[in-house]
Parts: sequence; structure tokens; C-alpha cells
Amino acid sequence: MKQNMAMFLERFRKKNYRPNLTYLIAGVLIAAVTFYLAFPIIALLIRVTPDMFFTTLKDPDVVRALWLSLFTTVITLTIVIVVGTPFAYFHSRYSYPGKVVVDTLIDLPLVLPPAVAGVALLVLYGRAGILGHYFNMFGISIAFTTLAVIMAQIFVASPFYLRQAKSLFEQLDPAYEQTARTLGASSFRILALVTIPMTAGGLISGAVMTFGRALGEFGATIMFAGNLPGVTQTMPLAVYVGMEGDINVGLTISILLVIISFAIMIVVRIIQKMEAARA
Amino acid sequence: MLEVVISKQLREYTLNLTLRAQPGEITVLMGLNGSGKSTTLNIVAGLLRPDAGTILLNDRCLCETREGIDVPPDCRDIGYVLQNPAVFPHMTVYENVAFGLRARHYPRPYVSEKTSEWMEHLQISDLAQIKAGRLSGGQKQRVALARALATKPELLMLDEPFTALDQESTRGVKDLIRNFVREMNIPCVLVTHRLLDSQEIGDRALVICRGVMEWEGSPGQMPEVCTICQCR
Repeated sequence: MKQNMAMFLERFRKKNYRPNLTYLIAGVLIAAVTFYLAFPIIALLIRVTPDMFFTTLKDPDVVRALWLSLFTTVITLTIVIVVGTPFAYFHSRYSYPGKVVVDTLIDLPLVLPPAVAGVALLVLYGRAGILGHYFNMFGISIAFTTLAVIMAQIFVASPFYLRQAKSLFEQLDPAYEQTARTLGASSFRILALVTIPMTAGGLISGAVMTFGRALGEFGATIMFAGNLPGVTQTMPLAVYVGMEGDINVGLTISILLVIISFAIMIVVRIIQKMEAARA
Repeated sequence: MLEVVISKQLREYTLNLTLRAQPGEITVLMGLNGSGKSTTLNIVAGLLRPDAGTILLNDRCLCETREGIDVPPDCRDIGYVLQNPAVFPHMTVYENVAFGLRARHYPRPYVSEKTSEWMEHLQISDLAQIKAGRLSGGQKQRVALARALATKPELLMLDEPFTALDQESTRGVKDLIRNFVREMNIPCVLVTHRLLDSQEIGDRALVICRGVMEWEGSPGQMPEVCTICQCR
């Protein structure tokens, strides 16, 4: 046994596995990053027992927050895809004055603190806001409604889809669309049958990332939509309230968000693999 | 017959070209990379606009810059296979060949009949249900050719159709092109930069250099050295 062990260690040393300083540093760095990212999630999972999770899941506040989050996120995603896809297509295909400014505006919400985005939306659409003031004259109130939640999510999450769609359309070899045109296809037919199917994998990835970002939206929502249970209190807001009151609610919703986030990342990975296999 | 008189300012030079292609004949357009061959095809197809000029196909005016006539590419009845044969990888071979017929809203039985007919002509019937992204270079070229010919074009244009093909596929595709151009009695403009291809398939050859016609005649009599820039 001892002899076998000695032989194994000898082979280990002879091979490229020699534990030198590079390997040591690499190992420490990989472990440090992995643990730093994984420990908080693990701690969360340890803290919530399955019993507590399933019992709290029936709490009306949790159910309301869950459905409101899913409802607003699905609406947000639908609007982003329906408006964003043709926008990104035209934006990538045509040159127009101020295109650089539009490009910057697309990227801006990615670096802008979400709370600032919320304040900006409030200043524009709030009851005393620049536009909200006029809406209010007709009895239309936007801020602190479910509509405000959706608008905040669109503002903050849409760049994930728009950037992806824009770059996919720019990278697609024009020969495909040109060929389709010479074959007699209309612009709409080309977009629907050639351009979108050929970029579908990337578009779905962008849509999934947008969904994830919208679902986790907090700063802009609390500023612009407030925190009204059943109306504007989405899951991240319910976590915040839960941590100040019923901690079990906060923890249960946190676990739910972790599960959804994992599912999103798995979907993105699967799509990326399918894309790589197709290429 | 195709009659082209065009002028277009490009980045480094002005493309000034007069081109005639007879029905049933293959006119080979030769020249070095960047000499204006593909640009010429794109202008004839309507994908680019000339600064000035006229394009007539069987006496039908496709483009007349002075009168503001510019028929869109989808109405020009030109079968154009670009340098990238651009078979749609997410569609099956059948769907690719049927694409142009469906785009023109032909009745379903007609689309089915013509698609099967052209797949048979180009010996790709056994690949009908295979996704085009999985095909070899030669098979893709056949699919692109079938797709272009299925719409019964009045002009066939091929941009470097032999670049991605091995010797055997090249021979096969050359035979197919020659036969269909004769059979359908349509003009064909083929771009290549290989002298051998030009001699094997061309009825007439035009050499262009930096956008200007350098030489025109039988491919077998082509000079080895271009007199404008001394390029080979």
C-alpha cells in the first residue's frame, strides 16, 4: 500500500502536476473567487429549511409579490422584444443623424445607478413632473402604479436586449438578406424568415438576460413606483420589507430569486451551447 | 440581352463600365480583387445604385438614373448567387430552393412541383430534408444555383461560384451552369479571377481593372498582362 502510494506520488511529481508556485497561486485565486461568490448563496440555502420555505411560500404577501413580479416582467419582456427587435434592426441597418447619441443612450442605463433612473422617471412622469403634470390634468396617474413598475423595468433592463440584438444584426453577413431580396422577398419577409431566425439564439439569450434584470429590479422601482403590496411591491421590494419585518418572507423570496436566477443562467448556457454546435 | 452602361464613384477609383451579355452565353467578368467586378454585379442586381447609367434587360429598363428609374432588386427577375452562396442554414434544402417561389406567392402545388424539379436537375433531391447549414461547399453551391434558377430568372449572375469548391465539384457545377444557360437561353454574367475557369466556361470574357474595361474578347485569347496597371 505504502509502495503504491509512493509510486503514485512519484508519477504525480514527474507529470506536469508538479506543485510549483504558479499552481499554488492559481489554486488560491480560483478557490477565493469561487468561495466568495458561492458562500453567500450557500448561507442563504442553509438558513432556510424546506419546511419553512414551503410554508412561507403560501404567505399572501409572498404570493402577491411573486405574481406581480412575474406579471410585470412578462409585460416588460414582451414590450422590449416587440419594440426593441425592429428598432435594433433599423438602427443597425441605417445611418442617421445622432446615431452615436442613440447608441450612448442605449448603453446609459447599464452604468446609471437604478435609483437615479427612478428619480429621472419620477421627475418626468410624476404627478408634478414635466409630462406627468399634463397626464394628471386628464386624470392619468403613472407614478406609484403597476405601470410605473413596468416602465422602470423597461428603462433599466431593455439595454441587455437592445445591445445584443443590435450587435447580432450588425454581424450578420449581408449576403443572406441581399440574396433573399433578389429572390423577390419583401423586407418584412426577409426580417421574419431570414434575419430573425438566423439570430434567434442570440436574441433569446438577450431576452433571458433582460427578464432576469427586470425581475431583480429594485432601485428604479422603489423610487418611481413605490412599495405598495399587490400594486408595486415586486419580489426584490418584498425581500427588503421582509428583512425589516417577517424575516422568513424575505428569506423565502430570496431563495425563489436565487432559483429563478440559476434557471436563467442554465437557459442561457444551453442556448450558447446550441449556438456553438450550430456554428 | 443585358445592356449595362454605368458609372459609380468608388473609394479609390471611378467604375466606368459598358457591358453586354447575350442570351444563352456566359460572359465572364475577370479582374483582380477590388477591380469592381462584384460591385458591377451588385449594381445590376439593384443592391447598389450607380451614380449615372442605364441597365436594360431584354429591352426592359431596370435602371435609368436621368429619369429616376430604379427597379427594386425583388422585381428585377435576376438570379444572383453571391460569393457567399448564402444558403439559409436554418432552412432545409427544400425550403431554400422554394424560398424565391414562395416569396413570389406562387400556388403551393406549383411551388412543390418546381422545387422538386429543380432539386432533381441539380441532383440534390436526396438532401431535401437536410438543414442547409450541414451541407458541404459543393452542395451549398448547388442549392444556391437551384434556388436562383427556380424563379425562372431572365438573367443569371454568379460571383466567384467555384472558390469554395474542390476540383470535382467545380467540374460538375460548371457543366450545370453551361447546360442551364443554354437550355433557358438567358444571359449569364460570371465573375472569376481564375483564367482557367474563364477559358473552360466562358463564351466571352471581359477584363476590368480599377473600374475600367481593359479587354474584351474570347477567353482563349486573353492577354497575360493588363496594359493599364501591368497586373497579372
